[in-house]
Amino acid sequence: MESPLDQLESALLSLDRVTVNRVLSEASASTLPLTRIESLIVPALERIGVGWEEGSVSLSQVYMSGRLCEEAVDAILPPSDDTRKSMPPMAIAALEDYHLLGLRIVYSTLRASGFSLRNYGRTDMNQLVDHIKTDGIRILLLSALMLPAALRIKALRSRLQAEGCVPLIVVGGAPFRFDEELWKEVGADAFGNTASDAISAISRLAGVLP
Amino acid sequence: MKTESMTSSERLSTAMSHREPDRVPFLLPTVMQGAREFGLSIRDYFSRPDLVAEGQWRLRARYGHDALLGFMYGAVEAEAWGGEVIYREDGPPNAGQPPLSGSADIARLEPPRVRDTPCLQKVLRLIRLLKDRAGNEVPVFGSVISPFSLPVMQLGFENYLLLLHEQPERFEQLMRLNEAFCVEWANAQLEAGAGAIAYADPVSSPTIIPRALYLKTGFLIARRTLSKIKGAVATSFASGRCLAILDDVVQTGTVGIGASFLEDLTAVKAAARGRLTVMGNLNAIEMRHWTPAEAEIRVKEAIAKAGPGGGFVLTDNHGEIPWQVPDSVLLAIADAVRRWGRYPLDWI
Repeated sequence: MESPLDQLESALLSLDRVTVNRVLSEASASTLPLTRIESLIVPALERIGVGWEEGSVSLSQVYMSGRLCEEAVDAILPPSDDTRKSMPPMAIAALEDYHLLGLRIVYSTLRASGFSLRNYGRTDMNQLVDHIKTDGIRILLLSALMLPAALRIKALRSRLQAEGCVPLIVVGGAPFRFDEELWKEVGADAFGNTASDAISAISRLAGVLP
Repeated sequence: MKTESMTSSERLSTAMSHREPDRVPFLLPTVMQGAREFGLSIRDYFSRPDLVAEGQWRLRARYGHDALLGFMYGAVEAEAWGGEVIYREDGPPNAGQPPLSGSADIARLEPPRVRDTPCLQKVLRLIRLLKDRAGNEVPVFGSVISPFSLPVMQLGFENYLLLLHEQPERFEQLMRLNEAFCVEWANAQLEAGAGAIAYADPVSSPTIIPRALYLKTGFLIARRTLSKIKGAVATSFASGRCLAILDDVVQTGTVGIGASFLEDLTAVKAAARGRLTVMGNLNAIEMRHWTPAEAEIRVKEAIAKAGPGGGFVLTDNHGEIPWQVPDSVLLAIADAVRRWGRYPLDWI
């Protein structure tokens, strides 16, 4: 018989919302919401992320899986619930890039994994710096599809340094997948190949924040 | 160095017939770089088809590649449907605000007519200018975005994925409109002088959707659309993977397939041999910091993997060389093709 994790992964890949909800509700009687998220949803999304990296899972499946999990998590752990994972203030944005699907996937994956974060969507440099200062952001995730947008992150980092507020920066998206040195070139602190990589990256960075 | 014995048209035609020409044909899709020739912004450059034609001509004189691009920017099709185009100084124009705010707008959507759409007429003028100058010596490539992939710009990617998965009737309605437009647009480019059409279909790639969904959607749409385009069509997945659907892609009627840097070129060539010409798969993002020596190594690798027997065009894996790639790298690629791409490839 398939384990609940196998069932959940398979249901997510086939967009079977009914089975997703059944697997999560069967696990609900004996476990706390955050435990269910960490024992089922996070590993299922990690497996799907690995499949995407290896080429056996497509982007539409990654996106729809994140969306289904986000719905399920919002039902068992409302956005305002103070048992969501306690982290330094975090945000996600696309800097001068008009392609937002990658951002949406990472946002869903993190929320489905029990994290709270702000979503600034598409922003320009000035708006983003204002948001970061106003909200006291300590970890910033940036998604890029276009190479010029990825290269702009270097200027953002310099600007933030000049203004004395430098969050730790995690980057992801196609240009970084095609050039594995690019994240260092733009001054990021970490790079995620997949949406699930973002979970380990922010957990690691949160540990080094002063 | 030995003089080349074929024109670019002969070279491409021979390679695409799965025979070995005098050397491996290559194409550097330097779509924007002509702006530097005139000291213009990318926006101003693309407003002048006469300058784009001259820019294409000069870039071909410099690199010696085997085709001219009757193409400006992908977002021109979104623009034709009423979408916003965002220009920047250091990269291609992007589709901004989509013309459709949601799937409900599909019901009242009307496709643009090519003859009444200035941004498309601008591209047709470019093709005519290139064809007039190149005659039969160098082919001019046109380009369309597939009916199945265009909604990423018509609706935004997220809205499109939801439409695709959750609203089959509206999806079909949009595909009917897009297919009619795509066929008219491709045939207008062929009439203007394009020798072949690049069919950009990234959403059909297994990188974006699973094969099972492709067979019910992008595959059928490509088969219907390509059967109505009155010329040769080559399919590009814009750096997406293709191996898992290669046998299916053969059945769409295409003659060529773009190979991603993410897949082994040897495997793609083996799967396509004698059926589809493989185009690819240099990594243009990484190209930005290649040295000339690295460029030569990458070119040699690609030729060794896919060159034997013909059926191969060396190019990048996406269809556009980034603005930031140095001229020295492009010249090194061109030199390496001339050095290592001469048939027979007896150095392999």
